Amino acid sequence: MTSTIYIPKDSAARSIGADHVAAVIEAESAKRGISISIIRNGSRGAFWLEPLVEVETKEGRVAYGPVTVADVESLFHSAFHLGGDHRLSLGRTDDIPWLSRQDRVTFARVGIVDPHSMADYQDHGGLVGLRRALSMEQEEIVTEVTQSGLRGRGGAGFPAGIKWRTVMATVGEHKYICCNADEGDSGTFADRMLMEGDPFTLLEGMAIAGLAVGATEGVIYVRSEYPAAYDSLNRAIEIAREFGWLGSDVLGSGIEFDIRTRIGGGSYVCGEETAMLESIEGKRGIVRSKPPLPAVHGLFGKPTVINNVLTLATVPAILAEGAQAYMSRGVGRSVGTQVFQLAGNIARGGIVETAFGITLDSLVNDYGAGTLSGRAVRAVQIGGPLGAYLPVGSMNVSMDYESLLAAGGMLGHGGIVVFDESVDMAQQAKFAMEFCAIESCGKCTPCRLGSTRGAETIEKIMLGEDVSGNKKLLLDLCEVMTDGSLCAMGGLTPLPVRSAMLHFGEDFDRRARV
Amino acid sequence: MKFTPWSIDAASAVLAATCDKPGPVLISLQAIQEEFGYVPEGAVELVAKACNVSRADVHGVLTYYHDLRTSLPPATVLRICVAEACQSVGSRKLVSEVEKSFNTRMDESNKDVELKPVYCLGNCALGPSAIVNGELIGRATAQGIKSMTSVQVSS
Repeated sequence: MTSTIYIPKDSAARSIGADHVAAVIEAESAKRGISISIIRNGSRGAFWLEPLVEVETKEGRVAYGPVTVADVESLFHSAFHLGGDHRLSLGRTDDIPWLSRQDRVTFARVGIVDPHSMADYQDHGGLVGLRRALSMEQEEIVTEVTQSGLRGRGGAGFPAGIKWRTVMATVGEHKYICCNADEGDSGTFADRMLMEGDPFTLLEGMAIAGLAVGATEGVIYVRSEYPAAYDSLNRAIEIAREFGWLGSDVLGSGIEFDIRTRIGGGSYVCGEETAMLESIEGKRGIVRSKPPLPAVHGLFGKPTVINNVLTLATVPAILAEGAQAYMSRGVGRSVGTQVFQLAGNIARGGIVETAFGITLDSLVNDYGAGTLSGRAVRAVQIGGPLGAYLPVGSMNVSMDYESLLAAGGMLGHGGIVVFDESVDMAQQAKFAMEFCAIESCGKCTPCRLGSTRGAETIEKIMLGEDVSGNKKLLLDLCEVMTDGSLCAMGGLTPLPVRSAMLHFGEDFDRRARV
Repeated sequence: MKFTPWSIDAASAVLAATCDKPGPVLISLQAIQEEFGYVPEGAVELVAKACNVSRADVHGVLTYYHDLRTSLPPATVLRICVAEACQSVGSRKLVSEVEKSFNTRMDESNKDVELKPVYCLGNCALGPSAIVNGELIGRATAQGIKSMTSVQVSS
């Protein structure tokens, strides 16, 4: 009997040795004359258990982890390929509380399927949404997505259905679906994992969007730091064309929809939607003024839907299960699930997909088990480099768009970066300004110049030069950047700076070093 | 990594595959860099001609994107993530250790090794992260990075 063994091919798992583990398991099985079949799946997202090796048994998959090359011999000794007990045994994967407590919708297949097996995809509910969409009128699809309450997962939280309606209603002989896969926020990796671990879902979501608004072409803009995601998508697109659900005749409907990929140039601001359009057009990634909205005047001047990876990848589930099933989750206007990403100094980092409304404390302390260093948590940055730093006193905040806004933060793309008590918040504030200076596209003055002046001013504060005067100046500068910048780069860089000053004021009260 | 030595003929062959695509300038420069390891000075005019844009347009794109480079990379290219998630687990310390270990400075390059910052590699639960000659490393240490390279550094 051949044992089926799953070893993740996810970049994060590979970064700590999954490829080596797979190679040694392969070699050891050959040596022992044991027949195995290795499937390289995506990651379940429990990164502290990676490399997580799973074995198919009668009772379902059982897991072992974290597995190192040195463990392989003893794993075979324990007959792990038959589900045997071992020091690294974690029992049935589905029973690991960290995973079983989650509510996975967008990530339902990630880590479970072979990312490029159409058979796996369809066995796990793939293409159900697209088939249903093909039986519906454009108007009905848009209404379904609107009713689901799905909001843009890239950070802005704009209702996806409303954006789609604008594009649907805009007259144009050529329309585009652009997927923003320029996931540049530190502390976020959900887009990458989905593109590597379940790329068909994203393609299906884009095809549904195309049907809904009458677009025939999709473009996925992937950041260059994600080469494995880029390769995974390209391979998935080829397979989808072979199986006839992308191309000139989507599933025999006579409707055309095809997708191509573009790779970025290492520019953070190209994650801003209009800068991304410029970059896809092959130009410098300079932010455009809005209006006109991309929905009306987007890629190459055509009506364009721009959505984040997670937004589009959630659409197939909404079409398959109906708007009602999705919107029954969550709180207030934040409906459905959010793919939270636990990152930074955290003991149990990874993906936690759950309904909106879970507390920050629950994510950081229950799921995350506190810091990796074992020291006390001091600050948590939510929503990437443009997100606020929250203190321990804010840990009871409900994780949804509105509550975070009220707490002076923002959800962004759902990344949560934990810092322990060794952090110097003045240094973090300075970094926020420095990062803005490096990545600013340069179009508007508050961002281009303000970021450099901001970093200089924080440097002076750190050196104890006229601390109160410079703090006042810094707050003034933050106001100018917030109100006067064209896009979120300059407009939100003050958020981490101000929140650090507000909640961690003691770090800014420096004395002059004489 | 092995790159093709620069020649106008080889470059023209590369551009033939990119120049008729929509919005061709960035992908043309990326293709040139993939082939030759960098974008040589002479490529700007070729790309401009092939894409039917001005040299200024090409220069603008070339100088905008962090990824595009105008000199050949040395044998060892190190990129260390210095964004927030990796900062929280000691990337600043890692950078200074790697600087010492390779006898270089961040954002500098010599004939053997180049050390550059990168802002997020999407490996934020397993930081600090680095890329050593194209390979992503989680929980990176200076010693681990050193052991992956064959650079001989006089100390």
